[in-house]
Amino acid sequence: MSIHNGLQAVLATADVAARRRASVMAALVVVVVLLLLLSLGVGPVRLSPLSVIDALFGGGSDVAQVIVREIRLPRAILGFAIGAMLGLSGAALQGLLRNPLASPSLFGAPQSAAFGAVLVIALGLADVRSWALPVAAIAAAFASVFALLAITGRNAGLLILILAGLAISSLAGAATALVMNLSSNPFVVLEIAFWLLGSLEDRSFRHVLLALPFISAGAVILLSQRHAFRALSLGEETAQSLGVDVGVLRLMVITGVALGVGGAVAVSGTIGFVGLVAPHLMRPLIGHDPTRLLVPSALTGAALLLSADVAVRLIPSTSDIKVGVLTSIIGVPFFLYLIMRERRALSGGVA
Amino acid sequence: MTDAAIVTAQGVSVELSGRAVLRDVSLALSPGHLVALVGPNGAGKTTLLRALAGLAPSSGAIVVRGDALSSLSLRERARRFAYLPQGHIVHWPLPARDIVALGRYPHGATDPARLSPGDAEAVQRAMRAADVFEFADRRVTELSGGERSRVALARVLAVEAPVILADEPTSSLDPRHQIDVMKTLRSAADQGTLVIVVTHDLGLAARFADTVLVLSDGRLVSQGAPVEALSEQVMANVFRISAYRAEFQREAVIVPWAEI
Repeated sequence: MSIHNGLQAVLATADVAARRRASVMAALVVVVVLLLLLSLGVGPVRLSPLSVIDALFGGGSDVAQVIVREIRLPRAILGFAIGAMLGLSGAALQGLLRNPLASPSLFGAPQSAAFGAVLVIALGLADVRSWALPVAAIAAAFASVFALLAITGRNAGLLILILAGLAISSLAGAATALVMNLSSNPFVVLEIAFWLLGSLEDRSFRHVLLALPFISAGAVILLSQRHAFRALSLGEETAQSLGVDVGVLRLMVITGVALGVGGAVAVSGTIGFVGLVAPHLMRPLIGHDPTRLLVPSALTGAALLLSADVAVRLIPSTSDIKVGVLTSIIGVPFFLYLIMRERRALSGGVA
Repeated sequence: MTDAAIVTAQGVSVELSGRAVLRDVSLALSPGHLVALVGPNGAGKTTLLRALAGLAPSSGAIVVRGDALSSLSLRERARRFAYLPQGHIVHWPLPARDIVALGRYPHGATDPARLSPGDAEAVQRAMRAADVFEFADRRVTELSGGERSRVALARVLAVEAPVILADEPTSSLDPRHQIDVMKTLRSAADQGTLVIVVTHDLGLAARFADTVLVLSDGRLVSQGAPVEALSEQVMANVFRISAYRAEFQREAVIVPWAEI
């Protein structure tokens, strides 16, 4: 009898948790849609959400249509897709490594992807809008994450991961600097330098076409592994004993993150810390289950990048602020706050 | 015993980074038995457990229910062996019931919020057997060591596998919890499961096990009913101790006593 009552109570609480997750998801979708409309409306010419919708579906003036559909829509789509991919990558890496401080940017993946792309540009192998760019970025991102996991080994603690990530991102940064150093064309150098800051400005549908297939493929790969992350909460060996092929899982996550981050960096430059922050914002609302965190973290990443990209258009300044600069300016203090909050676990040296 | 064996091993050896950890182990174990695997530190107990579950690469032949282990997919292995590692690690503060539900993962139930009626019943049976209902909704990180070990046990029972492999399930538990855990495993064995338990507690092994396997330096040196397998000679040679032996309430009592 008491067992029965206990079971009822347990089922009731599980139900409450499920309903809570559903309402968080609904709220996220609403926020992202509003931000998309805002992103289409904000700029030198301000448009109300209603006229944005009107222009989007072929109404309104020709000028409004051109602004919304050709100038701002690619930017909004990229903001959504790249932000979502970064949030998803962060959540997937945190799930794989069972570590709340894991993220693509701390592990040097975007920096390495940027190096791959910069190398292609500087060598004059391709112009900024060719397929060679994302391919080089993806290859470099893959190499960096693969190297990180190979160096740190299977059950690496936090300290080792962060140190190796620091080394890899420093190396990628140094290699990028070397390429710029050796480049004889000052205009190319300037172009690279600005591109590295990370921006979604002046992007066309050509850029969307360049990045979206890779980002989508990366997202599909990461989401296909979603259930394994929960089993992995019990450690690699136990997950294996439950039927999860941990070796395959690692390879899939590396590939998914490399495709997504490489594709994103190729069109936007490096945009950091969205992947670190997004899952943390969701944990108090969704819980710690790494499987349930994936999609909400993606939506949060999209919301973060879209709002940062709207913010850079609203902040008054003489020259335009790059969105990658803004995310880092906000993201790094957040990272420091996380370190402060988890310092007891960190000083213990265990993850 | 051999004819009805559910798990057999023929000449199983394991090398870890060039060192022989397990040498030529052969055994045949029947369903419905509780088998205690004992031996000094470093004797290869955990390695044998991992080799049986297919988690450590081994040479030799392991057969489970008539199929060679090497011919089975990971998922099929996971359905036949429920593996309880040492330490009950959980990396995220998940609710206890979600941990127990992971026991149904090998059966394709990947989402604890959407279990089929059959899976939900298996989870409930396991939670009842391990007595975790009262804290099923709390996060495992907030539970005491004893409660956490019950959650881990429930997760393993929820697999409803024909073989349970438990690596030191009683270590770091108080006496009451040790007995609880062994009784739960004993009743799983009484219902037809083969339960293999690694333990350092020779007293628990003698009392609860049908069969004791003694490993020493990677070799199986003694096996049989507890009192014979843990003979004075084995205790002296393998553990280098003498033991107090008695019988209490018709169960064997072996208490390690003095070094030799």
